[in-house]
Amino acid sequence: MPTITVNGQSIEAQSGMSLLQACLEKGIFIPNLCYLKAMTEPPASCRLCFVEIEGQPDPVAACTITVADGLVVSTDTSAVRQLQRTALQLLLSVHDIDCKNCPANKQCALQDLAKFLKVPLKNKPTETYLREPAIDETHPHLTYYPNRCILCGKCIYVCQTRHGQSSLSFAKRGFDTVISFYGALEIDQQACDDCQQCAQVCPVGALVMKSG
Amino acid sequence: MTVANHQALKAVFQRIREQADQRKTADTDGAVPKITIGMATCGIAAGAIETKQTFEQALAERRVEAQIYTVGCIGHCYAEPVVIIDHPDSGFAPIFYHNVTAGKAKMLVRQFLIEGDPCFEHIYGAMETNEMIPSVTEFDRFNQEVRVVMEKCGHINPEEIDDYLVSGGYSGLAQALQMAPEDIVAAIQHAGLRGRGGAGFSTGRKWALAREAESLEKVVICNADEGDPGAYMDRTIIESNPHQVLEGMAICARAVGAHQGIIYVRAEYPLAVKIMTRAIAQAETMGILGRHIFETDFNFRIKLFQGSGAFVCGEETGMIRSIEGYRGMPQHRPPYPVVNGLKGQPTVINNVKTLACVPPIIEKGYSWFRSIGTEESPGTAIFSVVGDVVHAGLVEIPMGVTLRELIFDICGGIPNQKAFKAVQIGGPSGGCLPAAFLDTPIDFDSLTQAGAMMGSGGMVVMDEDTCVADVSRYFLDFTQNESCGKCTFCRIGTRHLLDILERITKGEGQDDDLQRLQDLSLDIKKGSLCGLGKTAPNPILTSIRYFKEDYDAHLKEGRCPGLVCRPLIAYYIDLDKCARGCDACVGCCPTNAVFTTSTRKKGIDQQLCVKCGECVVACPPEYDAVRKVSPPHLVPAIERPAQPENAEDA
Ligand SMILES: Cc1cc2nc3c(=O)[nH]c(=O)nc-3n(C[C@H](O)[C@H](O)[C@H](O)COP(=O)(O)O)c2cc1C
Ligand code: SF4
Ligand code: SF4
Ligand code: FES
Repeated sequence: MPTITVNGQSIEAQSGMSLLQACLEKGIFIPNLCYLKAMTEPPASCRLCFVEIEGQPDPVAACTITVADGLVVSTDTSAVRQLQRTALQLLLSVHDIDCKNCPANKQCALQDLAKFLKVPLKNKPTETYLREPAIDETHPHLTYYPNRCILCGKCIYVCQTRHGQSSLSFAKRGFDTVISFYGALEIDQQACDDCQQCAQVCPVGALVMKSG
Repeated sequence: MTVANHQALKAVFQRIREQADQRKTADTDGAVPKITIGMATCGIAAGAIETKQTFEQALAERRVEAQIYTVGCIGHCYAEPVVIIDHPDSGFAPIFYHNVTAGKAKMLVRQFLIEGDPCFEHIYGAMETNEMIPSVTEFDRFNQEVRVVMEKCGHINPEEIDDYLVSGGYSGLAQALQMAPEDIVAAIQHAGLRGRGGAGFSTGRKWALAREAESLEKVVICNADEGDPGAYMDRTIIESNPHQVLEGMAICARAVGAHQGIIYVRAEYPLAVKIMTRAIAQAETMGILGRHIFETDFNFRIKLFQGSGAFVCGEETGMIRSIEGYRGMPQHRPPYPVVNGLKGQPTVINNVKTLACVPPIIEKGYSWFRSIGTEESPGTAIFSVVGDVVHAGLVEIPMGVTLRELIFDICGGIPNQKAFKAVQIGGPSGGCLPAAFLDTPIDFDSLTQAGAMMGSGGMVVMDEDTCVADVSRYFLDFTQNESCGKCTFCRIGTRHLLDILERITKGEGQDDDLQRLQDLSLDIKKGSLCGLGKTAPNPILTSIRYFKEDYDAHLKEGRCPGLVCRPLIAYYIDLDKCARGCDACVGCCPTNAVFTTSTRKKGIDQQLCVKCGECVVACPPEYDAVRKVSPPHLVPAIERPAQPENAEDA
């Protein structure tokens, strides 16, 4: 078992495990939004799980590093926090901050991270970009809120893993990227009601079951 | 391969080559004049198709015997359509004519081909040194260029494999097949070849890694996505000499042990797609690609994949996803494609130019290649030089030539007596350098040190009438549109950068905007997942570093020094220059902002003016009375005489 040093503390990790997972399991919190333990090739897209590794000039995403014996890691340097705060502020700048009316209130990953990173939830109004339409009702059983979604892709991943083929996918590009449902009309209500995994995995309340 | 096999291979190659020779000789009639026309996209855009048709018609009408020979880009895009006429009976050396319109084509047939008068006033230069006409080799443009990749471009017909064979093509592949694969890798390593697609990574090392990777199947991909705005080197090379690229791919495949090749070309390059498809088919028919190449046991098939033109698909992991049929979204590296690429197979991805350097290296040896360019960046650099230069176009120069030599000697400097302001190298990922850097040698490391980058070879030269803040805005608009949307920094961060630049160029910037641009830029560089996001802020960072006074002028004085940003400029008419009674500018104004003053001169109503600049064009050059100023309040007050209906109101 590889032994690594994190913030001066020596920990043992399972070989083949990601650095992010190894730290989380030992109770060392590293902000993360797009990672699930089961992923073999994590998307590394949220850009929050930065850490510094001795010998590397810039912070790296911990979900992309496989633990190796002797790694010396710091999770809370100022360079790391700087990047994490910026990433979170960027996510908040496209987020419809209306916590009172959001089902994810008090269990929202963004709220947790804002607290952890000491980032105020409200950006100046000139710096917020919200998208139209604000609600997508095309799916028979799910409602999607683009202005809550952080595009972590977890919903796509769980649907894909569970059903072999995901009925959710990314659509459009760049700044306009959203989650979309192709062929969703053929989806059997019962199957979705029984599953609900995407809505459960969503860290921010962007996917909500219509029936629920 | 055994010695006997080497003999057999040589014999096979010899036979293919001789047959090509015979076909060519049967096809060409040495006695009749030969008219060579450049027909790459640059030529066609300038009217080469019409030129060619006119030549054909004129030859037929006047019953003149001559052969028309179409080639790719000769490398003088500023002079297109370009025609070279070799008329042996006239006693002149082959002559290079520029801007050959249909009219000129007719004239050349009549006067030169029939009457033997080469029309001296239309000659650009002779192709060979001679007593009568100055030769192009004496011009800076020609004598400073060194051609490795483009050596055959403009000399051979890209649609005929015979042309390539006759000019020595595919002998590098024949030679490589007689070498041990590790010796091919070693030769490329010794040559010091670095990737021409952007980052300048050692090609030899990449191949060595791919060779070492254990796998039954390996892939070679030629990256011809070429997404930088203003860059068109790769397209031109494919349109002018596709076989050199195919040959480079086959040598690479042999070296690393691959049997499949893919050329990733954007679908917006229809001519390149057509020419490349034809080239692959011809090579397969001749046994130069496909199964049992040159009757050996080496198999290598190349397929063409048409991308739909996303910039991010030029990034290697994005490209692999795109070929696999997914969204073109980059993935975290490592694993690098050489270890885990297309469908998990070890994959070498090289740029068109990198691959085109390979056959000459194998053929002429690595020391020959090293003798060109600099120690750390051997070989040549190819740039498409565009913008405010006299001779825009493709140039191939040895690495180490300075920016000044390239822009002022080879490309003829800045037109219209304007001053040089900046040069943007490396497109949207690159940087913007000021005059103080003109003596920087062009090589991978010097450009990176200066804050720009070699990129894939786009170079935009800008004169004093340029606003660098506006240029940054333009590039950010591009990258923001081309961001794939996967990762937070690039997807949202570039949008904020663009937003700030937009308000600066509108004169609505806020005090801390420069600081915010810089801070956010640095975070985006460090935080983004792929090269697109990591380099997107470069135009901003370099332009703030080198042209801070331009940004300050916008922010603090509401002034655009380049007189570009519309909200910050105004037009007025200089009454000392305006000619009494002249009405040239009146009709051109779309909003009727031009009025007649009490002295029968003209004035511009600032309320109505939309700053289109039409009046500048309309004002006759002998008066040249329309002035542009920034900030707008510098406009001298010129009363608009009360109009009849206003008079009634009053
Ligand atoms: C956003 C982005 C766009 C790119 N576009 C191209 C391109 O159009 N052509 C190219 O050859 N390389 C491009 N690259 C570089 C490739 O990822 C890769 O490094 C290159 O093809 C490797 O070939 P080389 O070693 O021969 O340079 C791009 C990289 C990024 C990050
Ligand atoms: S809907 Fe939820 S789970 Fe899906 S990408 Fe958006 S935030 Fe992630
Ligand atoms: S940096 Fe931009 S282009 Fe690259 S993965 Fe992130 S969003 Fe996509
Ligand atoms: S958790 Fe590593 S980038 Fe999202």
